[in-house]
Amino acid sequence: MAAETSAITPTSRFSLIRRLRESSKAQGLALISPTLIYLLFTLVLPLLLVVFLSFMTRGAYGNIVYRVNLDNYTRLMDPLYLRILGYSLATAALTTVGTILIGYPLAYYIARTPPRQRSIYLFLILVPFWTNFIIRIYAWIMILRTEGLLNSFLLKIGFIQAPLEILYTPTAVLIGMVYEFLPFMVLPLYTSLEKIEPAQLEAAADLGARPHMAFLRVTLPLSLPGMIAGSILVFIPAMGMFVVPDLMGGAKTILVGNLIRNQFLTARDWPFGAAASMLLLILTLIFTLFYTRRAGFGEELLV
Amino acid sequence: MSQFAVELRDVVKRFPNPAGGEITAVNHATLQINHGEFFSLLGPSGCGKTTSLRMVAGFEWPTSGEIFIDGKPMGRTPPFLRPVNTVFQSYALFQHMTIFQNVAFGLEMERVSRQEIQRRVEAALEMVQLSGMGSRKPRQLSGGQQQRVALARALVKRPAVLLLDEPLGALDLKLRKEMQLELKALQEQVGITFIYVTHDQEEALTMSDRIAVMNQGNVLQIGAPVEIYERPNCRFVADFIGETNFLFGKVKAIDPDFVTVSLRGSERELLGIPLGKFHPGQEVVVSIRPEKMRLFDDTPLKLGVSPNQPNCFPIRIIHTMYIGSDTRIVIDFGSGVQLNVWEQNHLSTLDALAYYAPGQELWVTMRPENVLILPEEE
Repeated sequence: MAAETSAITPTSRFSLIRRLRESSKAQGLALISPTLIYLLFTLVLPLLLVVFLSFMTRGAYGNIVYRVNLDNYTRLMDPLYLRILGYSLATAALTTVGTILIGYPLAYYIARTPPRQRSIYLFLILVPFWTNFIIRIYAWIMILRTEGLLNSFLLKIGFIQAPLEILYTPTAVLIGMVYEFLPFMVLPLYTSLEKIEPAQLEAAADLGARPHMAFLRVTLPLSLPGMIAGSILVFIPAMGMFVVPDLMGGAKTILVGNLIRNQFLTARDWPFGAAASMLLLILTLIFTLFYTRRAGFGEELLV
Repeated sequence: MSQFAVELRDVVKRFPNPAGGEITAVNHATLQINHGEFFSLLGPSGCGKTTSLRMVAGFEWPTSGEIFIDGKPMGRTPPFLRPVNTVFQSYALFQHMTIFQNVAFGLEMERVSRQEIQRRVEAALEMVQLSGMGSRKPRQLSGGQQQRVALARALVKRPAVLLLDEPLGALDLKLRKEMQLELKALQEQVGITFIYVTHDQEEALTMSDRIAVMNQGNVLQIGAPVEIYERPNCRFVADFIGETNFLFGKVKAIDPDFVTVSLRGSERELLGIPLGKFHPGQEVVVSIRPEKMRLFDDTPLKLGVSPNQPNCFPIRIIHTMYIGSDTRIVIDFGSGVQLNVWEQNHLSTLDALAYYAPGQELWVTMRPENVLILPEEE
């Protein structure tokens, strides 16, 4: 018996390694396990916690009372919160449109320059990211405030008589958001524009399409995947953004991101903040699904 | 209708060289292409054939010279205003459109009515044997089918001239041969002038009415396939079209029909026909095609046939290769010269001797008409 066991043990010890060697499925699982563990602890568990919290109640001292109820969600249906939500949706949508309007010509131009110049331009687009986000927002505040660079310049050249009130308005929030998210639109757009062979546009011209028709019928549809990918990358974080409205919108502009942050940090109402987070999550999910249903999830995300 | 479908008059195209200076892609090219003709531009890559085609299409403009389409000078007319259509090497099908939409695109640009688009697109797809495929996307088709879509998309516009830029280059050999015949049949059926760019000499010979052979931006020879193959006007054309043997020598004597050449480094003399103007003492190249030589043993000599007739020499077999229809033989012509000889196996036999053996001593003969004397290029 003893001899038999000792003969079997090494085999069983090595069987795991052998299985790993033979099964590509097991190899894939082993390779991805660090990521899976990381995601489990930083994404899945916190998310479940938030779901759980959103059905609880706030105690008198900001503590959590473990009693399952839907009060937080009914409270969210209050017109005050719905208005914040609607306003957040509009801001995120306008940010997305703004990045497309500014980003498309930029991406188009870069995709048409010789390859060596392209890498320089792409590099330049990424350079601002080397500076801290807050510092870049403060730079915008310096530009936009009443005695700021923009107003001094416009006053000096006599274009305006009185300084423009831009900072601490919704316009300022939009400017900051579009600035912040522009690269997320330009990069996927560039990728899909760069992939369009010149022969496609030559074929369009050859078949009788004038340049504007060739753009509308060939370039634009072929760059749609990039635009969708960019829109997802801009719209989702824009929905939850709270730093820009905080710093550039003043107290006047409250987005759902600010609301959530205030519930957790200021009002100490974690259950309500959790419910607001859930609503934001579900809304974003619905909008993203709606947006991507027609053209797929945007291949450019996978590049 | 003017005399020519397309005419290139002294066309030059230069591109700026990234490393500085300029590259001459097309050098004073003059071509006249007749209505309804299948005309090929043939040459190695970089010879300027594609640039010439792109200038006719309007994607490039000549640096100097003029291109006429149906007698009208094109100048800097953009592609969308020219009465020509192109089949691209990469097909350049619109991936986001269905096959039907691809073919309909050109007609929509002409603002043709919807019923007529429907009718003409269906007819075009039928012509290239793709009826019923209209709702598919280009990616769902094989390479040969995509090729047909590209053809239908260009032909549906009823162009005065169809330009084809190596359209069969991406297909495998068997499919390419099929498509060659199909293309030729299609061209005869629609009667449209085809300008066909290719680097494949066999393809050009099979399909074309006339061929222009190009090298390094220059048009070297224009002629029917037979002329190009049997009477090349220079060494490059003889070398590029088909296979040939080159021998070098000096003109010894000239009579009205034939030229005698004494071969370099040898006592031997060849009698051949002159392709060009020659004077005694001039350095020349002699081109002899491998299928135009005959091998024989010394039996006729034993029977009293004089060995002193022209172009008859003793040789030794170096190497033989049996390839079924032919036997390909490398012979030692003396003084270190080796020649390729192809002999058709018109006798069915298992006798090894019929296919020669290395070391065998035989005779070779070539008719003077098969020996082409060409000027040596500087």
